[in-house]
Amino acid sequence: MWIQILLVVGVILIGFFLARPAGGDSHLALRRLFMAAFVAVAILSILFPQWLSWFANLIGVGRGADLMLYALILAFLVFVATTYRRNVQVNHRITLLAREIALARADAEDARAAIIAHEAESSDAADERPAADRIERED
Amino acid sequence: MDSHAQVDPRRHSGDTWIVIPLYNEGSVIARVVAELREHFEHIVCVDDGSTDGSADAAEAAGARLIRHPVNLGQGAALQTGFDYVVKQPGARYLVTFDADGQHRIEDAMLMLDLAKHDDVAIVFGSRFLDDRTNPGVLKKIVLQTAVWVTNKTTGLHLTDAHNGLRVIRTDAAAQIHLEQDRMAHASEIVMKLGRTKLPWREFPVEVLYTDYSKAKGQSLLNSVNILVDLLVR
Repeated sequence: MWIQILLVVGVILIGFFLARPAGGDSHLALRRLFMAAFVAVAILSILFPQWLSWFANLIGVGRGADLMLYALILAFLVFVATTYRRNVQVNHRITLLAREIALARADAEDARAAIIAHEAESSDAADERPAADRIERED
Repeated sequence: MDSHAQVDPRRHSGDTWIVIPLYNEGSVIARVVAELREHFEHIVCVDDGSTDGSADAAEAAGARLIRHPVNLGQGAALQTGFDYVVKQPGARYLVTFDADGQHRIEDAMLMLDLAKHDDVAIVFGSRFLDDRTNPGVLKKIVLQTAVWVTNKTTGLHLTDAHNGLRVIRTDAAAQIHLEQDRMAHASEIVMKLGRTKLPWREFPVEVLYTDYSKAKGQSLLNSVNILVDLLVR
């Protein structure tokens, strides 16, 4: 059947796409193993739909399609949880980066203010001397 | 303490830095900074990406302004302020102060007196130690929830967890690394200050609930956020 060919090709493509490295190496191997199992089970149940129903009956679920739905709900919750955790991590990194920028800018401003204060001090000292000379000359 | 009216109003100016997390408080921040300037030399405003000109108003009023390039949250702004102040030569104490003018400067002065007199590292302001402050029923529920969670998770026994007025000695501040960017940082500060094992006190303060601060105060729903932020990491 055409639908079986399309689905099998789709599953294999998604499997390859998700097996590309992205992020931590430690999780990558686990994810690849999981993807391989997922691809195998998906292809099996596309080619032999009755196998899925047989397995569903074995663990007390009425139809194979129901079992798929339950698995999908679980997978979605796992996705939400991992995405939330990743989001927290990314936000923390942004915070650290933004703080570094803010503090670096503040340090630069402080350094500039110190230089200006220093220059003002030395020009004050320079101003004082001619003034003293002038007074002497007037005498 | 009765004779504090005659005491030098700038007695803490030399070694104390004020840290104000600032986010869109354009209508009040200038007045808050100007009043603080009468007592303190060093006022650090950490602008958390305000979009209403708060930052310029604070700087014009005489605060040392540090700008976050993007909005990160009040906890992140406090931590940035801590990081800045602990590097400043001569800084011995820092005072966290809310930008909306709900704290009394006299309370901050008395808390600094207490910190120096009793040589404690941390003084927490508490609005529930006396009956000057009347937050209203809903707000009281929120705040008491926060106190309960904080005491459960920190092991300290405070009467008020989410009070923005705190005196922290710089050696204590240097040990704090806040990771909760949003409101749960108030409990996180208590927890991490508690872990330093440094001596602490609570001090009765009055929180001025102006119409303005009421309008943008913590909502009841926010206590749910505080709980979840603390329990789910």
